[in-house]
Amino acid sequence: MTDKKQDQVDLSTNGGIAGGQPETRMSPLDIELRLLMEAIYLRYSYDFRDYSGASQKRRVVQAVRALDCQSVSELQARILHDANLFMQLLQFLTIPVSEMFRDPTYYAALRSQVIPILSTYPSLKIWVAGCSTGEEVYSMAILLKEEGLLERSIIYATDINPQSLEKAKKGVFPLDRMQLYTKNYQEAGGHGAFSDYYTAAYNAALFDKSLCENITFADHSLSTDSVFSETNFISCRNVLIYFNRTLQDRALGLFHSSLCHRGFLGLGSKESIDFSDYSSHFEPVSKRDRLFRKL
Amino acid sequence: MMPSPAFAPYLVDRNIHAVVIGASAGGVDAMLRLFSGLPATYPLPLIALLHMQEMRESRLATVFQHRMSMRVKEAEDKETIVPGKLYFASAGYHLSIEHSLSFSISCEPPLHFSRPSIDILMESAADAYGPTLMGILLTGASHDGAMGMQKIKESGGLTVIQDPAEAEVAYMPQEAIKLQTPDLILNLADIHRLLMILDHQHVD
Repeated sequence: MTDKKQDQVDLSTNGGIAGGQPETRMSPLDIELRLLMEAIYLRYSYDFRDYSGASQKRRVVQAVRALDCQSVSELQARILHDANLFMQLLQFLTIPVSEMFRDPTYYAALRSQVIPILSTYPSLKIWVAGCSTGEEVYSMAILLKEEGLLERSIIYATDINPQSLEKAKKGVFPLDRMQLYTKNYQEAGGHGAFSDYYTAAYNAALFDKSLCENITFADHSLSTDSVFSETNFISCRNVLIYFNRTLQDRALGLFHSSLCHRGFLGLGSKESIDFSDYSSHFEPVSKRDRLFRKL
Repeated sequence: MMPSPAFAPYLVDRNIHAVVIGASAGGVDAMLRLFSGLPATYPLPLIALLHMQEMRESRLATVFQHRMSMRVKEAEDKETIVPGKLYFASAGYHLSIEHSLSFSISCEPPLHFSRPSIDILMESAADAYGPTLMGILLTGASHDGAMGMQKIKESGGLTVIQDPAEAEVAYMPQEAIKLQTPDLILNLADIHRLLMILDHQHVD
């Protein structure tokens, strides 16, 4: 990026901070960012207006560079008229970083504390919200299969990024990740050999299609869409951290409405509902593993 | 009464509201020496980031709490930053500071092989606090932190780097000094004195 100002805080507009108060005047870059999010919402109905600012700013600045623009304003002008370029920007605005059986103790706690109760239902609906490229969905399907629940489960795997959903549907992951995933799987209490679930070809691991039979991949936004089904268990990991408190409350409200009586909610290992309006609507099942149950 | 130290003029007309501290190899000892003795009523938030080996469950807060009277805790997502606390960045996630002066965490890829990254914390802190931020960079074998310290200085904040001659690993302070001359290059004892002067400044 040639315009170095994009990276900098303009001190002349920063006066409000000196009093220890949240800013009262925005820097030019912050104004550009807000306008970009408004433009994206009006033009494409993707609502990033209530995302956490610091991380979003870094990723937009990266996109400005990668997409050869001089400024956020130029990027805004171009995406308004070029849907393909917007789709490229969307890849920066969402964070497709995931791994299978990430935080193995989460899955171990699921097995020991949630599955025994879910097993008592004749049929199950499970929602993996913000599934990205599918690592968590396949982990969930493997776990349900080993617990004998996959055949009577419907898994909804939703995300706002169509490219991520396409990848998730394919169930193809880089082969060089399998060593880590195998280790995670074993630590998560896996019953079998992890390699039984995929076929290695060239540098890819193709996951068993039978895992996908009961998975519905769908476009769904936690910021603009509403509840689509009653569910028994919702897993939404490392998604809420990108939202501000307002949007976190919206998402937790959706989860609360979607969950059946005494349904379960799982979050990322450093996520919390303590700062949310919904903290009193859930009780912890495993505090360390961020598993909660609807009150 | 001790004579006024040579760095005292740097604090004149400064109104510091938060201190962010980064360290890598050798950082546990350095931070223990730096923070020990700060009173429970310390008037500023201290936000610390220490690179640890692939360790998902960080026990830094517990280790430091045993040695300090200030309240020590892990920085949590969406938590409002308050004075008198020493916050540590959690392992495995980047830590940022929002304009609302609260924390947020994220899973963006590691920067300089580090997650959390000092650069990311310091850049967002500079953005949120502007000239009311003090940045301290200590011992380490990483390039992380150099850019972050530069951002703090560009935003008008006060930058302090541990003297590489004293640092257990000199590389990290050296790299930061190469990129941008800091306001002060001091040994740990003097950085500790600097923190104590900020304490007295606030007790009007």
